[in-house]
Amino acid sequence: MKHLLSIADLTAADLDQLMRLTDRFVEVSQRQIPKVPALRGKNVVWLFYEDSTRTRLSFEAAAKRLSADTMTFSVGSSSVKKGESLRDTVLTIEAMGVDGVVVRHASAGVPWQIARWLEDRVSVVNAGDGWHEHPTQALLDCYTIRDERGSLEGLRIGIVGDVKHSRVARSDVLAYTALGAEVTLVAPPTLLPPSLDGWPVRVSHDLDAVLPDLDVAYLLRMQRERMTEHLVPTLREYTDRYGLTLRRVEAMRDDALVMHPGPMNRGVEISAEVADLPRSVIVDQVRNGVAVRMAVLYLLLGAGVERVLEPEPDMDNALDLAVGGAAPEPEGASR
Amino acid sequence: MPTTVVKGGLVVDRAGERRADVVVDEDGRIAAVGEDLSADRTIDAAGCVVAPGFVDLHTHLRQPGQEEAETIETGARAAALGGYTCVLAMPNTIPAIDHAGIVREVLELGRKAICDVHASGAITVGRQGEQLAPLAEMAALGVRFFTDDGSGVADTRLMRRALEYAQGISVDGRGVILAQHCEDPALSAGGHMHEGEWSARLGIPGQPAEAEELMVMRDIALARLTGARVHFQHLSTARSVEMVRAAKAAGIPVTCEATTHHLTLTHAECASYDPVFKVNPPLRTEADVAAVRAGLADGTIDCIATDHAPHTQEAKESAFDQAPPGMLGLETALALVLTELDLPLADALALFSWRPAAVLGVDDEHGSVADGRPANLTVIDLEREWTVDPSALASRSRNTPYAGRTLRGKVRHTLLRGEPVVLDEEPQR
Repeated sequence: MKHLLSIADLTAADLDQLMRLTDRFVEVSQRQIPKVPALRGKNVVWLFYEDSTRTRLSFEAAAKRLSADTMTFSVGSSSVKKGESLRDTVLTIEAMGVDGVVVRHASAGVPWQIARWLEDRVSVVNAGDGWHEHPTQALLDCYTIRDERGSLEGLRIGIVGDVKHSRVARSDVLAYTALGAEVTLVAPPTLLPPSLDGWPVRVSHDLDAVLPDLDVAYLLRMQRERMTEHLVPTLREYTDRYGLTLRRVEAMRDDALVMHPGPMNRGVEISAEVADLPRSVIVDQVRNGVAVRMAVLYLLLGAGVERVLEPEPDMDNALDLAVGGAAPEPEGASR
Repeated sequence: MPTTVVKGGLVVDRAGERRADVVVDEDGRIAAVGEDLSADRTIDAAGCVVAPGFVDLHTHLRQPGQEEAETIETGARAAALGGYTCVLAMPNTIPAIDHAGIVREVLELGRKAICDVHASGAITVGRQGEQLAPLAEMAALGVRFFTDDGSGVADTRLMRRALEYAQGISVDGRGVILAQHCEDPALSAGGHMHEGEWSARLGIPGQPAEAEELMVMRDIALARLTGARVHFQHLSTARSVEMVRAAKAAGIPVTCEATTHHLTLTHAECASYDPVFKVNPPLRTEADVAAVRAGLADGTIDCIATDHAPHTQEAKESAFDQAPPGMLGLETALALVLTELDLPLADALALFSWRPAAVLGVDDEHGSVADGRPANLTVIDLEREWTVDPSALASRSRNTPYAGRTLRGKVRHTLLRGEPVVLDEEPQR
């Protein structure tokens, strides 16, 4: 695999491999010194055209634990403000010598355009493109559910809220269904995509009717500007109909999980009390996000997944060798 | 000018088909159409179709203001290579063609071009949709076609007044035409492609077909109310075509055009996220494409227009939702229709030539191969196969959505008032 652009490009087997690879990096992350030299000498650039603290920090932590070098392209202070085209920016960055580009952009499709311009010379990771996709979020969501419940097969997952504008929802629908879960989108009609032709989902406008059946209630962030677009009358009315409150949680199964991609609007789509319940695995999602992104970076830039996963689970050796197959050097601080 | 004979072709125009040579006199007029004719100079048309030059009712020449994308000179060259002898420049230049001064500039530049350039004028000042532009002042310079193209006139009352006012204006004894880019801006706001299955999946904000259809519906009502003619530009949806069909049947004075891209491409193309497929109105569904084709076949649609809309590489190398809409058309339109559509040849040529000439009111200059008419001719090799190579286009821009596509049929020669401006596929100046 050269790029990670869309969950749609991954088979169930690919997803499973990424989950197993993530297991390994969770183990690395739990070490006293959670760092391996697997991507030493690799250069990864963060091309973030849209503000993102959480995703960028998560990728940054992942890259550092793999000993990759990182550079940040910050749009605010860059030539973009001076009118440089997206393509020129990308080719300029490539010329500096990079192995991977992690892209976040407010416009759908930008990672595809970048991958096209770079051909196969540089790996491109989609870190969120407009309303379209956010594949590493879907991977960490799947990993978190798998971690809690063993598998997604047969689980009933409700994605609640602003699906229309959500890249998380688009990636999650693809990933959850690929792993055998049943997905129900729960939202007012104004917050659903204009067409659901070809989406393997059910739809409901009634959260209370759906909640008792769910294994996972996945809440999406509700943005204030949706009111000015006439999509909901008030946030108060939205919360009244779709907010996950303590009262509503009572209707959920005992083992049902509450998830959220963050950042949360406490008191809007999720009440403060619900966010802090044991069934809310929101912090676990963030924690798993680092390991998932390690797995993604390693898969795209490392020296071979098989060496880490099979046949002998001597991962330390494999991760050391992963740098161009050279003999491991003593790396006191990193071991 | 030496006399010229276009020899050995099959002449096709509104009078029908006949094997004939066409002789052009010293003044660039057709002197004779018949067998075994000769003249000072011979242009070979053996095995080719000799048709009246094409008329494009929808060309963006980008001058003044965006000369890095196209100039009147380069756009006209692209037109001549595509078989056109007359193009209608859209007024969304910078500044807009909304008063006599800009009209004069465009017409002046057009006089040096290798294709007749007519200027359309804006309906409202600066195409802002707020105040009626001086239509009569522009008509006095020969402007016979008005549109705010790029956007529609959203204010219904203003559009009504424009239609009423325009009925008091004429050019050479013929009334002027108001044309509409149909798009309800409140409903289309923020939309960068057709709203539907693909926009939902791709996460690109869409604009529904109804944004176009609402204004078609409204302007049919206004044409009925005012009795004024309305020309609908680049119709793209099945229901738009159906409404125009019904309006024509009811005797309401409307005409309309369709573009080659709305006849050959669907919204599925946007899955590549390549902004070369971004256009306004957007590429629609397969059902819409089929309905627009049916509208061509049954005569509801009066002509094929290109909506030739050059944009620089830089502009098209941005994100899909940030790139400007529009695609090239002049050099590919004929070949696409010949290759992809199943129209009888004479019907196809009618849609490119004499029917748009009649809509624009230039049918005494363009659209027929007959004695005494200016020799505005195009000679087409129907069998010629070629592959669209963006870098080989005469347009200053490269934003064709058909790169790499193999087409059948190419313009071999074009004559503008007798002057061979394209010979053997090469522009002569």
